[in-house]
Amino acid sequence: MPNPPEHAVDSAKPAAAKPPAPLAISVNGKPYFHDGDPSMPLLWFLRDTLRLTGTKFGCGIGACGACTVLLDGKAARSCVLPMQAAATHAVTTIEGLETHALHPVQQAWIEEDVAQCGYCQAGQIIAAVDLLQRKPKPNDDDIALIGNLCRCGTYPRIRRAILRAAELIEAERK
Amino acid sequence: MSAVPDAGRRRFLVISLSASGALLIASRRLLANPAPASLPPELLGDDLTELGPFVRIERDNRIVIGARGCEIGQGVMTALPMLIAEELDVDWNQVRVVQLPYGYIDTDKGPSNRYGDQGAGGSTSIPDAWQELREAGATARWLLVQAAARELHLPAAQLRSENGEIIASDGRRLSYGALARAASEIAPPDQPLALKSPENFHIIGKPTRVVDAREIVTGRVHYGIDEYAANVLVAVIARCPHLDGTLESYDDAATRRVAGVRDVIAIPGPKSDAPLDGVLAAGVAVLADNTWAALKGREQLKLTWKPGPWTKESSGALTAAANELLDKAANGVSVRSDGDFAKARKQAHQVVEARYEMPFLAHATMEPPGALIEIKQDSARLVASLQSPDGASQMIAALTGIERKNIDIRMTRAGGGFGRRLKNDFVAEAVLIAKAAGKPVKLMWTREDDLQHDFYRPFGVHALAATIDRRKHVTGWTHRCAATPRNYRDAGMKDRPIYTGCLEPDDFPAGLVANLDKTFFSVASGMPRGWWRAPLHTFHAFAVQSFIDEIAVNTKQDAVQLRLDMLGEPRQIPYRGHGGPMFDTGRLANVLKLCAERIGWGSRRADGHGIGIACHFTFGGYAAHAFEVSIEGSDLRIHRAVCVVDVGRVINPLGVEAQMMGGTIDAISMALHLEITVKDGQVQQHNFPDYPLLRMAQAPREVEVQIVDSAAEPCGAGEMGVPSAAPALANAVHAATTVRVRKLPLMPELMRML
Repeated sequence: MPNPPEHAVDSAKPAAAKPPAPLAISVNGKPYFHDGDPSMPLLWFLRDTLRLTGTKFGCGIGACGACTVLLDGKAARSCVLPMQAAATHAVTTIEGLETHALHPVQQAWIEEDVAQCGYCQAGQIIAAVDLLQRKPKPNDDDIALIGNLCRCGTYPRIRRAILRAAELIEAERK
Repeated sequence: MSAVPDAGRRRFLVISLSASGALLIASRRLLANPAPASLPPELLGDDLTELGPFVRIERDNRIVIGARGCEIGQGVMTALPMLIAEELDVDWNQVRVVQLPYGYIDTDKGPSNRYGDQGAGGSTSIPDAWQELREAGATARWLLVQAAARELHLPAAQLRSENGEIIASDGRRLSYGALARAASEIAPPDQPLALKSPENFHIIGKPTRVVDAREIVTGRVHYGIDEYAANVLVAVIARCPHLDGTLESYDDAATRRVAGVRDVIAIPGPKSDAPLDGVLAAGVAVLADNTWAALKGREQLKLTWKPGPWTKESSGALTAAANELLDKAANGVSVRSDGDFAKARKQAHQVVEARYEMPFLAHATMEPPGALIEIKQDSARLVASLQSPDGASQMIAALTGIERKNIDIRMTRAGGGFGRRLKNDFVAEAVLIAKAAGKPVKLMWTREDDLQHDFYRPFGVHALAATIDRRKHVTGWTHRCAATPRNYRDAGMKDRPIYTGCLEPDDFPAGLVANLDKTFFSVASGMPRGWWRAPLHTFHAFAVQSFIDEIAVNTKQDAVQLRLDMLGEPRQIPYRGHGGPMFDTGRLANVLKLCAERIGWGSRRADGHGIGIACHFTFGGYAAHAFEVSIEGSDLRIHRAVCVVDVGRVINPLGVEAQMMGGTIDAISMALHLEITVKDGQVQQHNFPDYPLLRMAQAPREVEVQIVDSAAEPCGAGEMGVPSAAPALANAVHAATTVRVRKLPLMPELMRML
């Protein structure tokens, strides 16, 4: 995971004795503080402050899913999630998905050559991680419930990649 | 990687393209600067060994290939380097691909580009590169062979190359890495080099995954929107919602009180009737420390707009105006006229007529437009998702007076293009704001900004008529199109005919029907217009290929056989539009036949499912689509989707399959639900809820893509997968329901008619 630029970390630190109290948030396992506008959506904190730009802006109203992150392990639309609501929770972004190796969903996305422009794919991958946690063996209808938009039309390869990721995850467990 | 090359001894091969497109190869010694300013850091190293502008070989045999095109999802970052790697004779797994910046150079003959054509439009990246980039790879390989010949004291003819090594006839081997430095000192060949014959290809034609897939799936790849700079201010603009409206007054007091807001700057809009070659609308820009502050500040602006001259414009009025023009048949411009249609009509056994209506469309790239720009006294730097870096360079030069050679442009991977980024209005906005602010500016567009301020695909009504004789042959054909002309206020198109981009003289069935008339009628509108993926073709193929189906139904003929009969014997007929100069009737018939076979055309369906088919020639490529559908309540279910395509020789089958799969789904999305409407001179759509792109649940589970094996010249693949899909879908809906939808988007119309 790339380190956020230094000045971003500085501005994310609590300002001394300045009310209201800074909001504490965990992003990809690291603690951060936000002392700006508590109504700022998580998306802009991730992007503008932490410079974790893998999470994308697409609509600003929670309609397209490009901004999807995991909030305490569940998919959430970060463009409509104010920092005051995200605070105290643990956020995982696309940058935090890879640990010692690629996440099986990321691996499957490469194997199935899903991306065209690639812009929506971070959100699609996060949505798929969320789905596979709930449904380790998803059927076609389960997969179709992922409502993230892709203007390039990669949906058939997303379907294949999710099924492939399910296999990879099962193989890991054994 | 440290970037301190020993400049004095470095020799760069400068390969630039002459006006005729031939490769000019020269070498020069670089003395002052270590490297051209716009060379990406990835191409620099402590052992600079460049073999032409596209290839760098490290001593440890790592191969770095520069990708010159704008990657908008069409796959050029993978496919173009494949052409170079093929002739260079390297193992693709050894290759690292880097995005090249815009390569402007001044020459004796005027502005040029060291990398050739870098734009993305018209599916031309592959045909433009097919010869050039293979030659670039062959040149680099030739230099390595010469270096090996000197090293081994053998004639070059006794050497061959394989997977990044030169192998001598006596078995001695030298890696490219060991030869690169010596090779870079050798003068390039003065004769054109022979290229590989296709049976020796080991990269071209092999399924190859997206080269930067790992960066994409880990969120590390940077799009234009992901770029920041030191001391940068984020800007958002409140733009005038009225077509050609102006800013009367504004009050920014509340905006300036928003924490983080730094400046507010008014931007004048284009003059009414002047070319739309700068900003698209008048606006007020809010500059702030971060995006959220800028957005909040924008909300607090109190704006008074003065509506423009289009307050009476509405979609209903446009439809009425188009139909009235077609009814009166006055003031039409003849696009093509063969034989005598009036006579054919008099002698006809039967006449079939129908009108089809196409709405305005927005591009809705998943990454909205935007730009990061820094302007200094004599130089500028732009980082953005682009389709026309050349246009961006000209735009910046025109607005700042900075010499083009001092304008550094970096194209990032772009979150979609579809024609939107062929325009650089967002670059113009960023330049004006940055100039006024005196600071680097990161311009952000919201989705609302994007849908409200686009260069829309034209609106129009197509009126078709066909005359049929007793033997059910089509003897005459008219295609009359009343549309908002594409070249409206487009300075680059002012010398093109008024029908350009709406009606193509030589498209099907021109040249195949003896008596044929095509006429264009101009509908006035203040809506800005632009290119939208396979522009002309998505606009009229729906009408033509739906109409063929109607003729078949009305004359009780098989819709596939009717098309095959009209196409006739396989032959080449002249085609003056983009993708010509010839159109091969046999290749279109072939994809149609294969598509019919694949979908099971002709089998009777008793389950309420309907099958529809269509085919079209787009930019040199031939495609056919077929769908099997049923209607369940208010849902259209697509049970099968088939796309058969002939794009000539295929560079990357995985990429072509992706383009056809994606093009088909993009077309379904557009055909079922998408339209931009105008009321009182204002665009009515704002965000995805009222511009509903297709979601996975509505998309077919699979698109069965079949690629015709062909040795013909490659023609690109970004757009061919779109035009025939919408009519095939409407034809399938008719087969399933007997309801003929003649107006897009299809679903609202179908629900109204059912």
